[in-house]
Amino acid sequence: MADPRTPGPVDEGTDVLAEIQEEVARDLAEERPPAGGPAYQVAGAAVTIAIGVLGAVLALGYGLGSLDRPGPGLWPFAISVVVAVLGLALLVGGRRATDTERFSRSSLIPAAGVVTFVGLGALMPLIGFEIPSLLLCAIWLRLLGGESWRSTVLVSVGTVAAFYALFIYGLRVPLPHLL
Amino acid sequence: MDLTAFLDGFALVTEPANLLYCLVGVLIGMLIGVLPGLGPAATIAILLPITYTIDPVSAIIMLAGIYYGAQYGGTITSVLLRLPGEASSVVTVFDGFALAKQGRAGTALGISAVGSFVGATVSIVGLTLLAPLVAEWALDFGPPEYAALALLGVLLVASIGNGGMVKAMISAAIGLLLATIGRDSFSGAERFTFDSLQLSDGIDFVIVAMGLFGVGEILYNLEERHGKPHVPAAVANVWPSRKELKESSGSIGRGSLIGFVLGVLPGGGAVMASLAAYATEKRISKHPERFGRGALQGVAAPETANNAAATSSFIPLLTIGIPANASMAMLFGALLILGISPGPQLVDENPDLFWGVINSMYIGNLILLVLSIPLVGIFVRVLRVRPAILAPITALITILGVYTINNSTFDIFVMIAFGVVGYLMKKLGFEPGPMVLAFVLGSIVESSVRRSLLIFDGDPTGFITRPISGTLLAVFVVVALWPAVRLLRGRRAARSAAAEPAAPTPTRGKADHR
Repeated sequence: MADPRTPGPVDEGTDVLAEIQEEVARDLAEERPPAGGPAYQVAGAAVTIAIGVLGAVLALGYGLGSLDRPGPGLWPFAISVVVAVLGLALLVGGRRATDTERFSRSSLIPAAGVVTFVGLGALMPLIGFEIPSLLLCAIWLRLLGGESWRSTVLVSVGTVAAFYALFIYGLRVPLPHLL
Repeated sequence: MDLTAFLDGFALVTEPANLLYCLVGVLIGMLIGVLPGLGPAATIAILLPITYTIDPVSAIIMLAGIYYGAQYGGTITSVLLRLPGEASSVVTVFDGFALAKQGRAGTALGISAVGSFVGATVSIVGLTLLAPLVAEWALDFGPPEYAALALLGVLLVASIGNGGMVKAMISAAIGLLLATIGRDSFSGAERFTFDSLQLSDGIDFVIVAMGLFGVGEILYNLEERHGKPHVPAAVANVWPSRKELKESSGSIGRGSLIGFVLGVLPGGGAVMASLAAYATEKRISKHPERFGRGALQGVAAPETANNAAATSSFIPLLTIGIPANASMAMLFGALLILGISPGPQLVDENPDLFWGVINSMYIGNLILLVLSIPLVGIFVRVLRVRPAILAPITALITILGVYTINNSTFDIFVMIAFGVVGYLMKKLGFEPGPMVLAFVLGSIVESSVRRSLLIFDGDPTGFITRPISGTLLAVFVVVALWPAVRLLRGRRAARSAAAEPAAPTPTRGKADHR
């Protein structure tokens, strides 16, 4: 590994790698929204600990058995304990990390997206997939994406027609449909 | 190596139908991989329902095609938009985008295509020769070895991914926990089902993957990339000149070897390989200062290495049955759905599948090379399509696709739930990759651990005294404790630096909590 052109410490190889990795991290950081701060880390850690504790309590109820006769709860219990311990480690050591992203007004866009997903899932068995899909496309294009009415109509109708052809005629999948 | 089986594999691959699946896979992979924000794992996740409708060999040939097609698609976005499709293309951005700014985007893409082809082909030859040997060796593995190997695989993926290691380990551990939902295969007891009939069979892997990778990614992109127009750099002269080929042939050669070796190791081999190849080129170059400012070698080496690694990461999947990274986890899950459990017995029990997949890669990569250079113009046009238009289309593909798996609306809601989890994880700095991988491996780890305990009569020291599982667990401990060791060393270095103010040493510990 020793290179005459670049005099330096023995672990030169790892240094170049670490340098590149840092550069990569910096590069990606430029594109990201501002970090969320300690509250976000605490929230992540708290959810983790809650999952671990809940898992451990439930697993205890399934019966741990013994090491030579492991019960159904032993493995989930062990994993839950690991989850909880890792959550604690995050709570103690990770509060100053900057790997989170702050929620902002634009976080409402994915929230609205989820609502349309649920709407499509709920309406499809009742009235077929065409109208809900058309609505989803229109909402995403016009309201969430800020497209013009013209491209909204063209893309929505085109997409739904293409999916109709693909699923109903092409793959012959029993997708609930109106027509 | 069984030569007849190898040749039979070729006969299978060159059947027109399979050739077509290979071609379609590569094309779809490139087209979707080129969409910013959707990497290979997400691409495969979204398209997994397709595999239910065709026969296993064709399905896996197509998925493999999607995988390396998507890998190359990510290169295109790295060079033209400065948006890496996935972590293993990140270093390509430095020199690739610099070249694009100098009007040499075409050259960068052309060299990447050639490098990818060479790297992948070298790797496939290695795979052809090495895989049967590894499989034979792995036949002796018992439950303790599998438990240790799978745990090590999960840990390595968690430690090499981007982001903090503690968070990646949390993500992996919760993945293992999710895998226990449903009926216990040993005792029949129901676990974490909350008396739900739908949960008693456990959660379907495809639905978890489509949710975390597919929907999570779509929601995340909806927020982040929203409204930002993409203006790809102009592309001309994709065919590399003889001088350029000569200039980068050394990098391509070294990249192939680095990629092959690192790709075999579990845990994001392609990411490490691309970084290591880039670092090597920079170190041995006579003009290291040109790196980052448009050095052709800075594109050729990592792109060759990540494709070589992507290919050789099939070795642990096909021979031991342990997926080495998130994309391989998707293929692993797909194989399980098709009723095939990958492992050392695969080469003997399913030679047509084993050799069919490997040999399809020779042809798939040739298809990729032939398509990528002339089709660059089309991909640039795809990049010009506004993300706002593509978003609802990908959303519909995932929702309608997941419904078709079991004709169940319950699946749609489970997928949406995992999508929300995936989105929140990304916002809070948790990588979904380790969770998916751990979820896939979860039942193997659990049943291997429990079977081992039965073999050892409940004595856990049995794991340590068996040579292979003992070694693997030793590696596990070293990797798991490495961040703590580095932190301590960094502190000590900082303390000694404080004692000698003449030679300040930068603290390395901070890098652990990125």
